[in-house]
Amino acid sequence: MEKFEAIVVGAGPAGSAAAYALAKAGIRTLLVERGKVPGQKAMFGGRIYAYPLHKLLPGFEKDCPIERYVTRENMSFLAEDTALNLQFDAPKLSSGAAASFTAYRGKFDAWLAKKAEDAGAMLITGIRVDALHREGGRVVGVRTGTDVVKADVVVAADGALAQLARGAGLRGDPEPKEFSVGVKETVELPPKVLDERFNLEETEGAAYVFAGYASNWLRGGGFLYTNKTTLSMGLVVSSEDLAVTRTEIGTLMDRFRRHKAIARLTKGGKVLEWSAHLVPELGLRMMPRPYADGLLVAGDAAGFLLNTGYTFRGVDLAIASGMAAAEAIRGAHAAGRYDASALAAYETLLREYQVTTDLETFRGAPFYMKNPRLFSVYPKLLNEIAERVYTIDGTGQRRLADIALEEVRAGKVSAVKMLLDLIGGAKAM
Amino acid sequence: MAAKGPRSIVCIKQVPKAQELQVDPVTNTLKRVGVPSEINPPDRNALEMALQVKDRAGGEVLVVTMGPPVFTSSLEEALAMGCDRAFLLTDRILGGSDTVPTAHALSETIHKIGGYDLIFCGEETTDASTGHVGPGIAGHIDCAQITYCSELEYLGDRVRGKRTVEDGYEWWECPTPCVVTVNFLSNRPRPPSLTGKIRVKRGGLITTWSCADVGIDPGKVGIRNSPTIVAKVDTVQLPDRKAKVFRGEPREAVARLIEAMVADGVLPG
Repeated sequence: MEKFEAIVVGAGPAGSAAAYALAKAGIRTLLVERGKVPGQKAMFGGRIYAYPLHKLLPGFEKDCPIERYVTRENMSFLAEDTALNLQFDAPKLSSGAAASFTAYRGKFDAWLAKKAEDAGAMLITGIRVDALHREGGRVVGVRTGTDVVKADVVVAADGALAQLARGAGLRGDPEPKEFSVGVKETVELPPKVLDERFNLEETEGAAYVFAGYASNWLRGGGFLYTNKTTLSMGLVVSSEDLAVTRTEIGTLMDRFRRHKAIARLTKGGKVLEWSAHLVPELGLRMMPRPYADGLLVAGDAAGFLLNTGYTFRGVDLAIASGMAAAEAIRGAHAAGRYDASALAAYETLLREYQVTTDLETFRGAPFYMKNPRLFSVYPKLLNEIAERVYTIDGTGQRRLADIALEEVRAGKVSAVKMLLDLIGGAKAM
Repeated sequence: MAAKGPRSIVCIKQVPKAQELQVDPVTNTLKRVGVPSEINPPDRNALEMALQVKDRAGGEVLVVTMGPPVFTSSLEEALAMGCDRAFLLTDRILGGSDTVPTAHALSETIHKIGGYDLIFCGEETTDASTGHVGPGIAGHIDCAQITYCSELEYLGDRVRGKRTVEDGYEWWECPTPCVVTVNFLSNRPRPPSLTGKIRVKRGGLITTWSCADVGIDPGKVGIRNSPTIVAKVDTVQLPDRKAKVFRGEPREAVARLIEAMVADGVLPG
């Protein structure tokens, strides 16, 4: 029977980062991916915050499939036919420790998995691990059908559904409230058109977030990222809200795509592909402990995703958690033990790598982001105030504060609720 | 390696993927370069039958293919399914061989491997559909054959096989060694396993031979020594179908569709 020191399940950012770090440390590692190639089964918005790559792979920029460095952040509150934007332009964000870039997961995941393979990890693709293999209550390998491959420790980086972690009893059955559904269209524009329309230099990129009308007032929002020659645009909407309102997310995409603010940006574009993915949305609450005897859980499978409403982090947290997992395993390897107490250092390392610390800082965020008024009442309200403020038609110009108070009273939210929401937002965010 | 059970040799071919067959507009034959390819589907059934014999009776399964180096990917898949070793017979002089030199070349290769009890082939290929090579090998090796076999029992010195014929089945018994060509869809080919893929990754399981390595006479292979050639592949042009599209508001369009179907007698009025 085949045996390795470590088996990493899933060659996404978390798995490949873990496998790379393990292989580099001389640990005999198997990296198993269900797709025919790493990245085939992955997609995201999306943008990658590069800080963990600087640590894991210094000089990564040389051959990493980077689309554009994000130098513009835009937050847009959409009403039916108006949009209120908050935009931050900072060309200096295209370099340095805080740089982030847009990418295609099909290319990025393949690149990172190759790094792991080059470092000495054995990469096997086209195999889906069904379950953990246990002996005496301890995880000692993985099972595919009747085939078992053993290891001292398994890293479950198997994605949002977290099948292996659930099988290990670390999480319960999946429920709609744990997830949002993300859908995306990749729209091709001629390169010059993209640069001119978005007013970007060749390597500069923009990240847009849309709230309100985008998701038909359901919890969630739209996004748009610029790649070299395409736009990644789509929606992330609460699974629970979709189910309760019996909404088809494809219908939401149609409406979103046709909003003037969006249509203007994608005009003349050709849709190259559609994709979709589950997005874990409960943060720390999804899983009490990301390790057990012979097992570590990393990436989406551990719920390491941070949605603050204005920033969205997944890939960087996944990579950082993979690095933390590898370091925890090296410690266990040195001690010659792989039981839960030997792997407990993983929790400390997750803090050192700022994974759980950031999730804790925004512990209230997932709960706060479930406030439906954020996605319906407030975007509408802001647009109505702005419309009145900017309507000068000779009937008498009113003061901003007066307009605002009137609109708040005319709206269906009490001032008290609004105040509480503001305070809640300040605390959570 | 001392094998208690039988040594099976499975002959496979890598063919253009059935769903993605393309005809080259210039040569009017099937495109083979740059199109996705797969193990000839009936060959997977042959591999599965051989592996089932090994499951029950022990022994080993060797897989052989004749073709260009890209055929290695099919050998790797067969190894990952559970075959023990693989042989690639590859040589430019084999190019353009039809079923006569192919059966000869494969028989020589099988002879060089030696020690075989069972030889398995798929009933035919999806890209040529001749079904010649299995019987051709039986002729060269001078042994019995069961073609279109859907079930097989290995009984040591002989086999008992169920053979599909047009209006039913026949049961045949014959002594080993013998050739068995396997019915398409007669079993569920097992997928490659993780353990199998790991073994393949470690390497050392594929032996590559040229015609010289095997001792194949160049005067017996290649396009010049092939009695037949594929002159042309014709694709049937389907006639346009009469179609009508009902557009508009869904409920109203469906009402009109139902009206039309009733008028046509498709639905009862």
